Amino acid sequence: MNHENAAWFRRGIQNGTPIALGYFAVSFTLGIAARNAGLTAWQGALASVTTVASAGEFAGFEVIAAGASYLEMAIMMLVINARYVLMSCSLSQKLDPDLPLFHRLLIGWGVTDEIFGVSVCVPDKLNPWYNYGMMAISIPGWTLGTFIGVAVGNVLPALVVNALSVGIYGMFLAIIIPPGRKNKVIAGLVAISMLASLGMAKLPVVSGISSGMRTIILTVVIAGIAAVLFPIHEEEEQHA
Amino acid sequence: MHNIWLYILVMAGVTYLIRVLPLTLIRKEIKNRTIRSFLFYVPYVTLAVMTFPAILEATNSMWAGLAALAAGILLAWFGGSLFQVAVLACAVVFVLELVL
Repeated sequence: MNHENAAWFRRGIQNGTPIALGYFAVSFTLGIAARNAGLTAWQGALASVTTVASAGEFAGFEVIAAGASYLEMAIMMLVINARYVLMSCSLSQKLDPDLPLFHRLLIGWGVTDEIFGVSVCVPDKLNPWYNYGMMAISIPGWTLGTFIGVAVGNVLPALVVNALSVGIYGMFLAIIIPPGRKNKVIAGLVAISMLASLGMAKLPVVSGISSGMRTIILTVVIAGIAAVLFPIHEEEEQHA
Repeated sequence: MHNIWLYILVMAGVTYLIRVLPLTLIRKEIKNRTIRSFLFYVPYVTLAVMTFPAILEATNSMWAGLAALAAGILLAWFGGSLFQVAVLACAVVFVLELVL
């Protein structure tokens, strides 16, 4: 590791520390979801260190709890993590065209909303060691939080577990509600999505569809219609 | 009965490919506006669908879940952080389930 790489790695650790603290809290409630789905602490930790995606893992644990097929799991991951395609595409523009393959393979492991958000803001080309610094501190935080969430969730009283398992929904709300203040399309989409989800969960015939399939169907249909009716402008994309 | 380790493998494998294929294969930016728009809207729809009505079923009393939802939306709207909104939702459920 030359001097410049070492400096970027240290900066990564520094800027990754608040990310890691946030991850620890989020993944703790994720661990409780994993526990409810029947995973052990080691299985929860393995899922977190390999997948590193909050909404993705949460949906994945629901698929496991429902005992759905492996194909349904694969489709679920494709749809729910589809946004990483866009992030990875724009991140690829920040990399030196001559950057070796193994660096690209390693960076790919850690493309999360937060690490992407920080690394894509670097001026000029991105030094992969910046990402490695952030990953080196935030992925252990993410994994440890999940492990403890599963382990401690087992000894906490039901009242506390119930309260904590709502935390993940609180985090989802903190992601989807604020952009609606500036972007009326997003605000409308969130409201329509919740109503449609309630309808599909309660109405006869469609209520037989698993919650995982429901998420996939509604996401593709609603986001698809919105993409055709309300195509985004560049500046919208950056500010939301 | 399915194997949890296999589920984890599928989960991690598909997610990794989603992230790493664009980084290794596609060196050019996606220009298609409809695809960009679709990818932009996906997380909002997905998370909204996953939150409601599931939040009502995560608690013993439906009303505790509904109150947590309302409190969470309000705090998020007025600029609460990820962590603050999560803690408030938990606190609302904890207090209401003690009382109800």
